[in-house]
Amino acid sequence: MSLLELCRWIQYSAPLVEMRASPWLFPVIATFHLFGLAVIGGSVLLVDLRLLGLGLRGQRTGDLALESERWLIRGLWIALPTGVLLFMCFATKYYYLTFFWVKLAALILVLIFTFSIRRRVALAGDDGAGRLHRGMVAVVSLSLWTTVAMGGRYIGFP
Amino acid sequence: MSLFDFFEWLGTTPWSIALHESRYAFLVVLTVHVLTLAVFVGTAVVIDLRLLGAALTRVSVSEVVSRLLPWSKGGLAVMVASGALLFFAAPLVRYENVFFRLKMAALALALVNVWVFHRTQYRRVAEWDLDPLPPRGARLAAVASLALWASIITAGRMMAYQDYWF
Repeated sequence: MSLLELCRWIQYSAPLVEMRASPWLFPVIATFHLFGLAVIGGSVLLVDLRLLGLGLRGQRTGDLALESERWLIRGLWIALPTGVLLFMCFATKYYYLTFFWVKLAALILVLIFTFSIRRRVALAGDDGAGRLHRGMVAVVSLSLWTTVAMGGRYIGFP
Repeated sequence: MSLFDFFEWLGTTPWSIALHESRYAFLVVLTVHVLTLAVFVGTAVVIDLRLLGAALTRVSVSEVVSRLLPWSKGGLAVMVASGALLFFAAPLVRYENVFFRLKMAALALALVNVWVFHRTQYRRVAEWDLDPLPPRGARLAAVASLALWASIITAGRMMAYQDYWF
């Protein structure tokens, strides 16, 4: 079974056909997906701003990182399942959209980056990594998340 | 001249038509409007969670507010500017949209909530600045704030679907 066939099978499976028949289910799920965006945005910014020497400057980056990681995971628990549902609704449409694959790639990259390099740098203590190094980590994180969010907006256009 | 007439006229002005019919400008503004949500509501949520005693409990409330509110305000400014452009691109369509009206009502309430909180509870923040669990009034303001921002996001998302439903 090719990937396209899989997408077609998902999109035209009985539960998804049922879901598309509802005029309000898709927008409601999309709304919850946006709630996820807000929670993820807040927790990502808390650490990235701190790495840039902005935001809660008086706090240790490591403390902020541990605290905001919990909220990041909660945000992901909202955004990922709703995102999967939104994808399944119009799987074959997204299959053909370059931006969808860009979004997916950026998402995988940013998750790996967040839970490896960014986490290590944030927990290394405020003198653990140089200012430039910390700033670069924040810029990479913010750029990747922006790509994910932008991809999300662009794949929604008709 | 009624508001309806005014918005009808506004939609016939050359800049409004240009934005409405543009190939990219409108989509760029729309993308900015949605993406800034992460900055604006994101930082507001962090402040609200602190006021609820659910996050950053070891950081003083005044530090969280003074460090993050500027980001939230900046986000709000971008939201209002991009939102005004989206309205300007199709004034009558927005004005006639029930979810747009709900969104504006919720926005007004949310701003009143912030204003009241800063005039009342937050005036005496020195008394409870370091409390992990802020007083009831502050927690109420945070719950109202979270509920109102969620309503604003919901109404904003639903605006695009009015035609399917009514």
